[in-house]
Amino acid sequence: MSNEGVIYRISGPVVTATGMSAGMYDVVRVGIEGLMGEVIELHGDKAVIQVYEDTSGMRPGEPVINTGETLSVSLGPGLLTQIYDGIQRPLPTLEEVMGVFITRGVDADAFDLEKKWTFEAVVEKGTAVEGGQVIGHVQETETIVHKIMVPPTMSGVIKSIKSGDFNVTETVCVLEDGGEIQMMQKWPVRTPRPYRQKYAPDTPLVTGMRILDFLFPLAKGGAAGIPGPFGSGKTVTQQSLAKYSDAQIVVYIGCGERGNEMTEVLDEFPHLIDPNTGKPLMNRTVMIANTSNMPVAAREASVYTGITIAEYFRDMGYDVALMADSTSRWAEAMREISSRLEEMPGEEGYPAYLSSRIAEFYERAGRVETKNGDDGSVTVIGAVSPPGGDISEPVSQGTLRIVKVFWGLDAGLARQRHFPAINWLNSYSLYPQSLNQWFRDNIAQDFPEVRTQISGLLQVESELQEIVQLVGSDALPVDQQLTLEVARMIREYFLQQNGFHEVDAFCDINLQYSMSKAILSFQDAAKNAMAAGAQLNDVVNVPARTALMRGRFEKGYVDTIESMVKNMVDEIAATVEEN
Amino acid sequence: MTGKEYRTITDVKGPLVFLNKTEPVAFGEIVSLRLADGSIKNGQVLDTSDDLVIVQVFEGTAKIDRTAGVTFMGDVFKLPVSTDLVGRILDGAGRPRDGGPDIVAEENADIIGAAINPFSRQSPHDFIQTGISAIDCCTTLVRGQKLPIFSASGLPHNDIALQIARQAKLPGSDEQFIVVFCAMGITAEEYNFFRSDLERTGALENAVLFVNLADDPAVERIITPRLALTAAEYLAFEHDYHVLVIYTDMTNYCDALRQIGAAREEVPGRRGYPGYMYTDLAMLYERAGIVKGKKGSITQFPILTMPGDDITHPIPDLSGYITEGQIVISRELHQQGIYPPINVLPSLSRLMGSCIGAKTTREDHKSVSDQMYAAYAQGRELRGLVAIVGEDALNERDKQLLDFSGVFEDRFLRQSRDEDRSIEETLDLCWELMSEIDTKYLVRLDQDWIDKYHPENRS
Repeated sequence: MSNEGVIYRISGPVVTATGMSAGMYDVVRVGIEGLMGEVIELHGDKAVIQVYEDTSGMRPGEPVINTGETLSVSLGPGLLTQIYDGIQRPLPTLEEVMGVFITRGVDADAFDLEKKWTFEAVVEKGTAVEGGQVIGHVQETETIVHKIMVPPTMSGVIKSIKSGDFNVTETVCVLEDGGEIQMMQKWPVRTPRPYRQKYAPDTPLVTGMRILDFLFPLAKGGAAGIPGPFGSGKTVTQQSLAKYSDAQIVVYIGCGERGNEMTEVLDEFPHLIDPNTGKPLMNRTVMIANTSNMPVAAREASVYTGITIAEYFRDMGYDVALMADSTSRWAEAMREISSRLEEMPGEEGYPAYLSSRIAEFYERAGRVETKNGDDGSVTVIGAVSPPGGDISEPVSQGTLRIVKVFWGLDAGLARQRHFPAINWLNSYSLYPQSLNQWFRDNIAQDFPEVRTQISGLLQVESELQEIVQLVGSDALPVDQQLTLEVARMIREYFLQQNGFHEVDAFCDINLQYSMSKAILSFQDAAKNAMAAGAQLNDVVNVPARTALMRGRFEKGYVDTIESMVKNMVDEIAATVEEN
Repeated sequence: MTGKEYRTITDVKGPLVFLNKTEPVAFGEIVSLRLADGSIKNGQVLDTSDDLVIVQVFEGTAKIDRTAGVTFMGDVFKLPVSTDLVGRILDGAGRPRDGGPDIVAEENADIIGAAINPFSRQSPHDFIQTGISAIDCCTTLVRGQKLPIFSASGLPHNDIALQIARQAKLPGSDEQFIVVFCAMGITAEEYNFFRSDLERTGALENAVLFVNLADDPAVERIITPRLALTAAEYLAFEHDYHVLVIYTDMTNYCDALRQIGAAREEVPGRRGYPGYMYTDLAMLYERAGIVKGKKGSITQFPILTMPGDDITHPIPDLSGYITEGQIVISRELHQQGIYPPINVLPSLSRLMGSCIGAKTTREDHKSVSDQMYAAYAQGRELRGLVAIVGEDALNERDKQLLDFSGVFEDRFLRQSRDEDRSIEETLDLCWELMSEIDTKYLVRLDQDWIDKYHPENRS
């Protein structure tokens, strides 16, 4: 059999070809226009292909050519700051070629193949190198050094290596066995890139969002799921994470989401400054945008494209954060293709392999020892859009089984304009145990205890609220009324955070600790004052407390908070004398 | 290939015709079927292979037998477009319905529509004043947005849609919207209501109507919105018009989709709707927006009736995940006799933040909107409590909020069907109503705005 066959059948994005030798996941060119597709099933002589572009107007009998390669991404200098579609075609290039509407049959290089980069060798002739070992550096953006690695499939002794200006396809290094290494390498997206070993995570990914860092921390190399109904703020949360988390590289996948929202991200990101480095955020970002009306097969591929790029930067020893918004759209793409294949469905029409695909994807997260001996990590944060907000559906359940952090968004909170609308009662993180040491060493010795106190207060509040619902708050004893006030302070002052506010959007972890201590100081001061005869109303309404709470919107709060807490404590103490 | 007629039908099932042994037929190709009595039906290829072709027949398969002649037209479905479309009424398949001449095409446009490159879009930011306080203040509409009305049977969503179509404008601009109206499976009565209203206000001259009524073929509804959006895209992006697309009722569209899925024996998703419904709806809704370098825009107002008032039903649910917010109509408010019965609490405009403020509406808009919303939400919640413990158990603050929720509905929400409130009027009204609440409880209002706009400080 040859590598060329003909189309036998077309049904939407699924095309069947005959007369072609093909292996699973081979990339093929379909029809006269040469649309890109991927073999996903073999039946005797017939190969079933999912096509990444619209198939209208295509006829049986048109040619299909097998490229013999699997779906791969190009990896090398030039990745950062790019905006890709699901199969790594840069959107700005597509605009140049096709205009504002995405038509079909256009190929585009993932990045400029001609651009010269300054390659600086870090190993010498005669060194024995293995796959994944770093052989040179390229200053890709102001903040990021792109490390050029030996492709994982190669190894040997270096025969020659040269520093200088090269484009990504020129050979910079030759091995004794004749193997040539260029700055660009390819890697099949459905295969995880190799590493030496996985470590247990021990460092938090600091996001600047108080409820996340403080109550439900995520470790670098961990995986988190954010399920929530529409309008509960998934996308805003994901975007805040992309903007402010302290990862060195961010890969943002807009998977099957709204065009206008994606545009907002594309417009906004180039103007944003990274609070951790003071440099433009785009310098550390790769974006993948496959909106809901772009071809469904490319949507299926987009998460793999994204995570492969993330792993590549991890292999350089970087901490990478990957946001996928939304994995439900990815799962739906799988469902759609599965039903076109007439596969026997599992739950709610999703294919039976749904949960294993989700697990495989999240399992590509992790903190590892790279092939070069460095420490790198990929943290995966996946948004889930459960129909009707009901997380008993298969995608949410498949996700929850594998991730260790669950940030549950709540429509009720969103309706009360409590943002981020993360429900503190049902969310969880399984990382505090492994991260506590880091918090003790780097923030404060009593950090874990303070956290326990704060979350304990919230628990108590929820129980008291049930009573209040029935009898009103005035019927409670004063100490419980105080507890309600303290909990309200936690909610309004600490948990609520304005993601669009210049200052409040990002909260340093040290400041988070100070704020939580401020709440406990209020509680203690109020308790003491009330024991000495002060009225709850007076204690709650001291002006210094309002000032303290408003202060979080001012710059330099980290310096002023201590004196503000002191003022509050003094004023509360003074309420005793008034009586 | 055009002209060759096949008589190879093997099966007819629901809206689908199966035939075999044809020359290669293109996926999506348009098909013409000639029946024994000489009548013609049209269809489209849904699945094609060397030995079997599946055709979806728009007009329904009544009277088709195995002797019917099938001709493949050699091309995918295209709509002849030109500026002559404006002022015309077409049927659900794009043929004149008003007795006028055929449209002379300046261009034949593929109705599937290509996706707009997200990089080539321009973020919407122009405030559209609808004259309806609840929308302008709380769920502000932006030019280029897709904002559906989630309604239910028996509610006045049509009046609201028409009022918006009539009153929508950019403040301080004379630019008119072209209305593209797309009816899918609505009753003749509803259609006449729309048409006569558009006629009465003269809007019909600036409108294009695509009409598929309840007794028209259901399968045709699959293409009707695509025709409407193709016309909208042509007018917006080739001729710089600002287009407002109203389509009603999306629920009928989705049911037609389900009908075809069932006939094809596809594996159904939730409630029998096809698994690809999200993608399918996205291919309609995502055809809203503004693109760089073009003056025109497409704003969409899909109307859908939630079966059983259930917002978690797949149709509103999937729509909500694609559209940029929603306006929810409430049966409870309607029964209290309030028009427009918009429940602002579950309503949302995702793009609101980009179009309100000093430059476009007024500097206090965000604060006012948040405060109105929060106060109303608390007031509504208190109604539940009052039902249990009685009003006397409330403290002063709660009493004020409870009263506020009543005036909110009675004076802020309620307005007449032709009352066109400017955004200044709306915001001033908000201040007037909020002044009933003690200022110390209005924690979401900036002090600056209180000094400037609070009625006490203005007189």
